Amino acid sequence: MLTRLANPARFMRISAVALPWCAWASCAVIAVGLYLALIAAPPDYQQGEAVRIMYVHVPAAWMALNIYLFVAVASAVALVWRHPLAEIAARSAAPIGAAFTFVCLASGSLWGRPMWGTWWVWDARLTSVLVLFFLYLGYIALVNGFDDPGRGGRVGSILALVGVVNLPIIKFSVDWWNTLHQPASVLRFGKPTIALSMLVPLLVMALGFMLLFAALLLVRMRTELNERKIRALRLNSAASVRPKRRSEHGVPARPAVLR
Amino acid sequence: MSAYFAMGGYAVFVWPAYALTATVLGGLVLYSWQRYRDSIRNLERLQRQVSPR
Repeated sequence: MLTRLANPARFMRISAVALPWCAWASCAVIAVGLYLALIAAPPDYQQGEAVRIMYVHVPAAWMALNIYLFVAVASAVALVWRHPLAEIAARSAAPIGAAFTFVCLASGSLWGRPMWGTWWVWDARLTSVLVLFFLYLGYIALVNGFDDPGRGGRVGSILALVGVVNLPIIKFSVDWWNTLHQPASVLRFGKPTIALSMLVPLLVMALGFMLLFAALLLVRMRTELNERKIRALRLNSAASVRPKRRSEHGVPARPAVLR
Repeated sequence: MSAYFAMGGYAVFVWPAYALTATVLGGLVLYSWQRYRDSIRNLERLQRQVSPR
């Protein structure tokens, strides 16, 4: 399927159909998730109503990690096979991942204050997620920091791949070190240690976030492809204009894209 | 009703967490959509210039 989607023209055709479905599905699933999280789910016996922060914090954290993995895999494909769509996918996904990482950090801080008595602590889990946030920002800065988008893409891809070492550190930080952050209660060996009445809203919100990611990714990839087409058209028309006209007001000739 | 919004005394933490999530994700959606519309408009204008019908 990936190789069939890999042709940009075909991607534009398929994504035009898939985009509204993803967008409306994410709206519907997030609406259901919000109802479950804010109204239907019971308060926690220890944390009371504050536990409702979990329903945005935990899915956002899952998204932060998974989108980074997506960026890294797409970067590897872009580096090895020089695939133009893979590079566009990585570049389009990174800001979405950064947004989810920010949501995870900020909601975690708002949860930590009443439960731990502190907004922030430099424990292994929190610090490694902060590093993830900076990796996203570094990748975005590198990818956009070159005049030649191809070059920026390659340098960014290398950073994305190096940053993958951070993912297992984040995942297992709560087991390897003595952290204030609690260990995993859903994605663990054996059964989840969370009640079904809380697990269901959590999974529904996670599904909603995934659909939102898919919709945003498609919008951003389509934008990127349109912008590349615009750049190519401008280069073409700049090249076809006769040199005499280009420097007509004594302004040195310069292709439109560089302005 | 006001008891619900009080969130058992945790209102100042629960509601900002949701509001912040909505702001960040909603902002990204709006920004991405705006850029998408712009790219379509610019591309159509350029294509009309290149091959005027």
